[in-house]
Amino acid sequence: MEGTERVFERLVRDHQDRIYALGLALTGNRHDAEEVAQDTFLRAYRALVTYPPDRVRELKQKAWLHRIAVNVVRNRVRGIRPRLVELNGSEPSSASGPEEDVMRRAEIDELAARVACLPARYREAVVLRHVQQLSYAEVADALGQPVGTVKANVHRGLKILRGENHGDGDD
Amino acid sequence: MATAMIDLKRLGDVKAPAGFAERVLARAGVADSYALFETVLGPVYVAWSKLGVSAAMRCQSAAEFEEWFEREVGRMLARVSPPADLAAKIEDQLSGKRRLQFDLRGLTPFSQAVLRKTLEIRRGEVRPYGWIAREIGHPAAVRAVGTALANNPIPYFIPCHRVVRSDGVIGNYGGGGPEAKKQILSLEGVQLARLQKLAQSGYRYEGVRSTKIFCFPTCFHGRRAREESFVFFHDEAEARAAGYRPCKDCRPAVA
Repeated sequence: MEGTERVFERLVRDHQDRIYALGLALTGNRHDAEEVAQDTFLRAYRALVTYPPDRVRELKQKAWLHRIAVNVVRNRVRGIRPRLVELNGSEPSSASGPEEDVMRRAEIDELAARVACLPARYREAVVLRHVQQLSYAEVADALGQPVGTVKANVHRGLKILRGENHGDGDD
Repeated sequence: MATAMIDLKRLGDVKAPAGFAERVLARAGVADSYALFETVLGPVYVAWSKLGVSAAMRCQSAAEFEEWFEREVGRMLARVSPPADLAAKIEDQLSGKRRLQFDLRGLTPFSQAVLRKTLEIRRGEVRPYGWIAREIGHPAAVRAVGTALANNPIPYFIPCHRVVRSDGVIGNYGGGGPEAKKQILSLEGVQLARLQKLAQSGYRYEGVRSTKIFCFPTCFHGRRAREESFVFFHDEAEARAAGYRPCKDCRPAVA
């Protein structure tokens, strides 16, 4: 039991940035990103405590967490989504990291919002491949889809994104 | 094409907000939350989990508290801004108006039994170490009771200061030495001078003539009796020989 808690702490500290970034790219805003990332880790913890030690040791943490996060996002039905219970009265901090200046932050948020407008099947593929930099095989594994489907969805998603870039007349 | 891909990669460089890991660990119940509270005893660091208050300590710094907690309790800590109602709850607990829930998981079953029993001692009363030992079913483990109380992770909240030596010596106190212990007991209304005078004369119990019941000298059932209606005993045998029975509330002896 004690061991699982240490494993979990390391899991959270090692992957928090990656999973938060995934949540931001998939949902398009920072509040939902925090919710998704928190729910992802809580589901991971609930699973971890039931796993035998061997399974915990051999776990491919990155792929596993991506799979959970994608499912968390898929399960969030707009409208009946429970609001994040403010943990211990603390607001999810919106303070930016020292390296993230206001300009960059605004740009990132805009980009995230644009990605979030993609249809879900393209969005998932594009985000895992190009935001999270997974290989096609890893993306296919996380989404439970054949590699060919993933490649096609990434391609179509990028095409839509490029089209919007072009339409805005910037870049 | 190239522009869009580079942009997307930057989206992946976003960092989780400050305190994110701590919030997750606290929600999973792996780490306890803590904050600094202003109390009647001065500033006190208080930690809590889903199960209840897990530690309270006067420390010089947050770092000192964290280090002490991880060593003594064995869980991690995440500093948070305190929930709105907790300060009032702590205030009520310390003034005896309320019972908080406590999380004693990191402790041995024996220590847990000692601390749970200690919680039963009312404000304004004291009990000897031997009483705790007998009540939890280990009458010989008086020293172990002392050790368990000395390592109480939640002093003030779990009133280990209400356990004193039967010879009247107030004894040491983890929460700031014998002086602090005396101060807190006086604050709670214990008549220390009377208690110590009795103990030094070898009297451990007081009986009330009208009821023929004997109690510990601080038992609240004796609070209305006039001083001249008390009779004092050295031990249980003497009290019983005089026709007195033990109080069923403070249980100076098995009834």
